[in-house]
Amino acid sequence: MSFPWANEYKPTSPLMQWVDQRLPLPRFVYNAVGGGYPVPRNLNYMWNFGILAGVALMLQIVTGVVLAMHYAANDKVAFDSVEHIMRDVNWGWMLRYAHANGASMFFIVVYTHIFRGFFYSSYKAPREMIWLLGVVIFLLMMATAFMGYVLPWGQMSFWGAKVITGLFSAIPLVGTPLQEWLLGGFAPDNAALNRFFSLHFLLPFVILGVIILHVWALHIPGSSNPTGVEVKQESDTVPFHPYYTAKDGFGLGLFLILYCALVFFAPNLLGHPDNYIPANPLSTPAHIVPEWYFWPFYAILRAFTADFMFIPAKLMGVLAMFSAILVWFFLPWLDTGPVRSGHYRPLFRKFFYLLVVDVLVLGYCGGAPAAEPYVMISQIASLYYFLHFLVILPIVSSIETPQPLPFSITEAVLGKDEHAVLSPTQPAVA
Amino acid sequence: MAEQASIASATVTGEEGVRRRDFINIAAVSVAGVGGLAALYPLISQMAPSADVLAESSTEIDISAIATGQAIKAVWRKQPVFIRNLTPEEIKKAEAVDVASLRDPQTLAERTTAGKTNWLITMGVCTHLGCVPLGAGEGEVKGEFGGYFCPCHGSSYDTAARIRKGPAPKNLEVPPHEFSSDTVVKIG
Amino acid sequence: MVRLFGPLVGLFFAVALLWSFGIGAYTAATDPSPPSAEALFVEHPKHVEFSFDSAFGTFDKAQLQRGFKVYQEVCSACHSLKQVAFRDLAALGYNEAEVKAIAKNWASKAQTFDPKTGDRGERPNLPADHFPAVYYAGQGVPPDLSLITKSRHGGAQYVHSLLTGYAEQVGYKNEKGQELLKMFPDAKTPDGLYFNPYFANLNLAMPAPLVSDDQVAYTDGTKATVEQMSKDVSAFLTWTAEPKLDKRKQTGWPVLGFLVFATALAYLAKRNVWADKH
Repeated sequence: MSFPWANEYKPTSPLMQWVDQRLPLPRFVYNAVGGGYPVPRNLNYMWNFGILAGVALMLQIVTGVVLAMHYAANDKVAFDSVEHIMRDVNWGWMLRYAHANGASMFFIVVYTHIFRGFFYSSYKAPREMIWLLGVVIFLLMMATAFMGYVLPWGQMSFWGAKVITGLFSAIPLVGTPLQEWLLGGFAPDNAALNRFFSLHFLLPFVILGVIILHVWALHIPGSSNPTGVEVKQESDTVPFHPYYTAKDGFGLGLFLILYCALVFFAPNLLGHPDNYIPANPLSTPAHIVPEWYFWPFYAILRAFTADFMFIPAKLMGVLAMFSAILVWFFLPWLDTGPVRSGHYRPLFRKFFYLLVVDVLVLGYCGGAPAAEPYVMISQIASLYYFLHFLVILPIVSSIETPQPLPFSITEAVLGKDEHAVLSPTQPAVA
Repeated sequence: MAEQASIASATVTGEEGVRRRDFINIAAVSVAGVGGLAALYPLISQMAPSADVLAESSTEIDISAIATGQAIKAVWRKQPVFIRNLTPEEIKKAEAVDVASLRDPQTLAERTTAGKTNWLITMGVCTHLGCVPLGAGEGEVKGEFGGYFCPCHGSSYDTAARIRKGPAPKNLEVPPHEFSSDTVVKIG
Repeated sequence: MVRLFGPLVGLFFAVALLWSFGIGAYTAATDPSPPSAEALFVEHPKHVEFSFDSAFGTFDKAQLQRGFKVYQEVCSACHSLKQVAFRDLAALGYNEAEVKAIAKNWASKAQTFDPKTGDRGERPNLPADHFPAVYYAGQGVPPDLSLITKSRHGGAQYVHSLLTGYAEQVGYKNEKGQELLKMFPDAKTPDGLYFNPYFANLNLAMPAPLVSDDQVAYTDGTKATVEQMSKDVSAFLTWTAEPKLDKRKQTGWPVLGFLVFATALAYLAKRNVWADKH
């Protein structure tokens, strides 16, 4: 779909005309991320993160495929094969650090993308499907990242695999058989490592497929924008190319600077020292933590310390942890207010910032040892997390009085001027 | 890249501005292209032999246990090497051949170390398509010229491991080697 | 439906959390868990400076050679270095002949196995060989040292602190002046273990390895104090854990410089493109 004023793909060279008639792939690209896709003209830098997430995935796939040429998924040699990459393979150290830190960068970008969606209510009609697919992508990413972290077969790999698959054992009746089925054994060993490698290689391509659906769904209503007001007229939009390709190019530069600073100057900053100790099934590290991007959810898991009614604490924690993400699937129907953008929702905005702080607190507690005061803090923070999505949002969206919206995107950009029309000869009023 | 933008701005800023802007846009895209190409280098380079593989590019072999007339298969760079202790008859046979008549003309002396012509050291890789010829192992067929015989396509090598018959174009390759002592040879 | 069940689910989790919180708070108030000896007496690593600390810092090869000597003469009796190959020592500034000699003269030999006879034997190490395995029959399990600085919080500083941090346990006080054995009589170091406040549980099986000056004979004129030997071997073990550190930083600066330049250009290009839309 597109707006009626979208540019049409008109190949000038005979070769491109020939291709276009037989396989309109360039036309498809032109309409998707080229001059043929009209985009609201007022997108701010928060709208860079979708493209950046795509770039991060490609970086992971490229570095990952290359690492797989040298890695050996066998519990006896996996750890040494990673060290072989770090020491002997040409540029192996860089490729591995790029892959490990690339995962962190991917999550930084995707978390920003998600919270942008929270603030601007990007999940609201008619964009529910984009949001739902996005949550699916996030779940797949978490699975992929978890299995990737197991592959070096260090202490954290091993005990992470044990703890995370142990979550499934909390499920009544089928739990333990399910855990043994997942691992192909009673504890993580060669069978688990091999299947995790296989799936870790596969899932990124599944993610890529869901991303294509995500972008497809995006192109039905077109991109949202910071005012939350839908596009009304041609002056509300600019073609994706060159406007947003240029803006994304700049954003990509900043992303790569941060990424390379990590890879070359602090490659182990976000990792855990224990993963440089080979896996030892007979000795547990003093303090098992997952990678930082799982910390908020890990804090929720650990917040349930007491059996509740007939539900054991362990099962409660697992239920809550999965619910913490599953609840995002229901967001479009929990927050039903007519206004999208947080800029025009004063009450919602306050709770949004509280949620940001809350998730940061959860993250901090998730990375801290399971001791007081962190457990009690994460209990309070988890409490707010669930109340925010399941109780506060429905109430706020029914009771709050939004601030007046601009008439159109053009008005929001150029100011409220009856005569303000976009034209190159008339200087714009900021 | 930024055609629309620069055309639109042309009316405002005139020719000068357009050229400067075009230059920056072209420069930005070119620099990005250079960066992308540079990033390919490690991705390609990683497939070249790694440091541990290169470290094993030479190997030392004890030849004290090889009696006259016997041969062993050693491994050098993950490929078989034949080390043969030639008998005087084999040496005589090899030297009797008219070198000019050979497909790949070489004398035995050119293929061995001076003073140690009885030690014939060659790759165990047929120069046709890379099979391992027979003849080094105990009781293996040596072919009609008494050297090596490749079962894949029937190449026959003589007692100096020179190609005499069959599809192979070259003599069995002599790897670079030197005798560290009377009993140890270093290959590579 | 969602707006009906959503709040109910939310309240369910909220009540469960309050329940956990209440029980936790009650336990904390009535039966507080006592502080552990480890929490009060394990020290953070000392602050020592190394040549490779900063973003521009590189290894000091002379120091790495001294550190290697310490490893060879002191640590290697019990600790292996299996991720490192003799050929890697070329990075410390040794030439090919020296590397070959180090490998050949290394005390423990490479293991061989003859599949024809089943005989096990030994041969001198070659440059391509990794450092041989070390079998230690005494108390404790000496860890492989290849990655020790990367597998411990504090890295080289931790190793240095541990090597120089052995203390007399009787009468030991922390910075706050609390005395360990008075507060925790049970924490007395068992026989065969040694007290060290830099170790995670205060007691380790390794006796102080560096005990006297000139324990290792340095040949480059550096005074071999315990402090110096400890720093040198910590630097050496940083190299064994991260041999590509120098190359990493040397690659990083041009890459960052290029990216800053390219990003600045991208910013200008972006401004050009948007010039008529703001």
